[in-house]
Amino acid sequence: MKSTIVSVAALTAVIGGAAQAQDKIKFEYWYGLGGYLGEVVQSTCDRFNASQDTYEIVCVGQEGYANAVQNTIAAFRAGKHPTIVQAYDAGTADLMMSGEFYPVHQMMSDYDIEIDWDDYFPGIANYYAASNGDMVAMPFNSSTPMMYYNIDDFDAAGAAVPATWEEFETALRALKAANPDKCAFGYAPSTWVDLEQFSMAHGVPIATNNNGYDGLDSEYVYNTTLHVKHMEDQLRWYNEGLSEIKTSQGGQNSRDAFAQNVCSIYFGSIASHATVHNAAVEGLNWDVTMIPVYEGTERKNTVVGGAALWVLSRKDEDEYRGAAEYLKFLATPESARYWSTNTGYIPVTLSGYDQLVAEGFYDEAPYKGREKAIESLTYSEVGPLTRGIRLGGFIQARKEWVSEVEAAFAGQKSMKDALDTAVERSNKVLRNFERTYAGKTFP
Amino acid sequence: MRRAYFKNNWIAALMVAPQLLIIFVFFYWPTSQAVFWSLTFEQPWGGGNEWAGLHHFRELLTDDLYWQSVRVSFVYAAGTTIIGMGLALILALFVDRQLRGYRQYRVGMIWPYAVAAPAIGLAFRYIFNPDAGIMNYVNQVWDGIWDPILTGWHAMAMIIFAGAWKNIAYNFIFFLAGLQSIPRALVEASAMDGAGVLRRMRDIQLPLLTPTFFFILVINITDSFTDSFGIVDTMTNGGPARATNLMVYKIYVDGFEGQNYSSAAAQSVILMVLVILLTFVQFRYIERRVHYT
Repeated sequence: MKSTIVSVAALTAVIGGAAQAQDKIKFEYWYGLGGYLGEVVQSTCDRFNASQDTYEIVCVGQEGYANAVQNTIAAFRAGKHPTIVQAYDAGTADLMMSGEFYPVHQMMSDYDIEIDWDDYFPGIANYYAASNGDMVAMPFNSSTPMMYYNIDDFDAAGAAVPATWEEFETALRALKAANPDKCAFGYAPSTWVDLEQFSMAHGVPIATNNNGYDGLDSEYVYNTTLHVKHMEDQLRWYNEGLSEIKTSQGGQNSRDAFAQNVCSIYFGSIASHATVHNAAVEGLNWDVTMIPVYEGTERKNTVVGGAALWVLSRKDEDEYRGAAEYLKFLATPESARYWSTNTGYIPVTLSGYDQLVAEGFYDEAPYKGREKAIESLTYSEVGPLTRGIRLGGFIQARKEWVSEVEAAFAGQKSMKDALDTAVERSNKVLRNFERTYAGKTFP
Repeated sequence: MRRAYFKNNWIAALMVAPQLLIIFVFFYWPTSQAVFWSLTFEQPWGGGNEWAGLHHFRELLTDDLYWQSVRVSFVYAAGTTIIGMGLALILALFVDRQLRGYRQYRVGMIWPYAVAAPAIGLAFRYIFNPDAGIMNYVNQVWDGIWDPILTGWHAMAMIIFAGAWKNIAYNFIFFLAGLQSIPRALVEASAMDGAGVLRRMRDIQLPLLTPTFFFILVINITDSFTDSFGIVDTMTNGGPARATNLMVYKIYVDGFEGQNYSSAAAQSVILMVLVILLTFVQFRYIERRVHYT
């Protein structure tokens, strides 16, 4: 619906305003976020257009990250691509290898726009940085996973908020004992939480070559790490009735189950903080905390999830100037504040965060708790294993993981077998990726 | 018999040119591209490609899970075709008997075909939802008997019902048209000879319906191999554990989501060959039993 309005608006603009079009330099921006978050993206565009009269950004929602990238690729091949595209974290390696982008670090310096690059949180900057440390894409909507929990249920069960998975299990049992009919933990198998961020927080590798950063000949190794134990625990909790599977295919996803007070715990992005707040049933008393780690592990930082803005190649200078202005606009404290307030996404810069803290932004509901995401992201110095993930065809690898984990949950095979198969199949994806870009390296 | 033909071949060529052009642009050109991509490592952003030979085909055909995808596609095709055609035929036979209220009934039967596949998917997702939908009542009586979230064949049954429901309307129109073109005199004559309703259906109507039956069969099978995407995408996402990972859905996931264009192209070529073969088999072996007069 939104996109229809936008396209109608764009069409009217094209037909109606020949004179108007000469006044402003137009460029397009395609974004993947949909629903409420998409509306907020659209409003940042309106704010940008209202803030100056040289450029006009035309923002087109594509209803989904995957769609945004697919449609951009199709448009790119036809030479009708947007100047800016919002591309998700998992597609970073694919976009980097394509080479069809204008690195933002370089673009900003080409157009003499001052950006304090050191101001970005390292857990975010490293994810989108080239090997020389310069950012190739602009972090935009950034999040990290959190554990959402129902305070009242925890109190009623006398359970403590868990910092370790051992405590988590104790809490689950207490919740179940206190209220056997309620779903204690609404689980949805998620590579992002269960594999990627889990491995970051525990400092264990997902793949060789420092999770792919050091070359295209990487191989997945998560079937040999602590991840296996974690997934075996997840399966055990499910089999013991401590968790229930909540996915959209089953009619209600884990986030909605939590907000509707069906389940007491769920794991999800901090970006859902605003959504949960808006969707929560009357009187739901809840909070978020960092995802647990196993006892005896030294907790590391988690990394960013979400998406970044990529400026694509083969556009003219005017459009690039406009794009640079828009990115500069997004980086202003006011915009950062607007964005973080209206969504659950975190501010991407230290100064932006400090300013919010100083203003007491995080002291009260509805924003209280969001600072835990920053704590998680900055928990340790970023090390070789906690920079992020640079693995080609990662979307396919995620799919393999999900299918195999489902097979284990359905009782078709053991969790270890499932993860072995997922790794084996995902390695084939990496080999195909390596051959597709034979002789090239990550920028 | 007199045959009409053009003396001037140029005019004939000109007449068929638009049609040929359309077929070329929308069929031969994309197909040739798919074949080409399937033999290379194509970079998604179009930065070039490297020759792969039969690498992708070899990888697919030696992959157990690809064959699993082929297998579930056959199950889906058989399921939707049998249910879709069977029910449509029964409904058409009854409408043809002009039972009371058949006019409203006829209009109502045609509507579902106008519903888009994703909408059907959403509706059936609700109906089969173990927690909130109609199946919830069943689950309340027998706890946990219906679980499409983790039980593969439940999910498969779910998409088969949805797919069949969509096809029933289409099949119904053709069956009804076929039945109505059977000369009344034949049916009436056999009635006078003392044949009952079922007897007339078996001996007169069904044999005379075989051309329609054959046409619907070919269309249904082709359709269930190539047009199941919307239903799978909204209802199951190919899960659980690949139980509904139909070939056409896998092409979408590998190609568009995974950006593995070459493997997806190879899968498209395999699917195309498969559908052509199936259609060939049907014409070769089933059409023999069809009486057109």
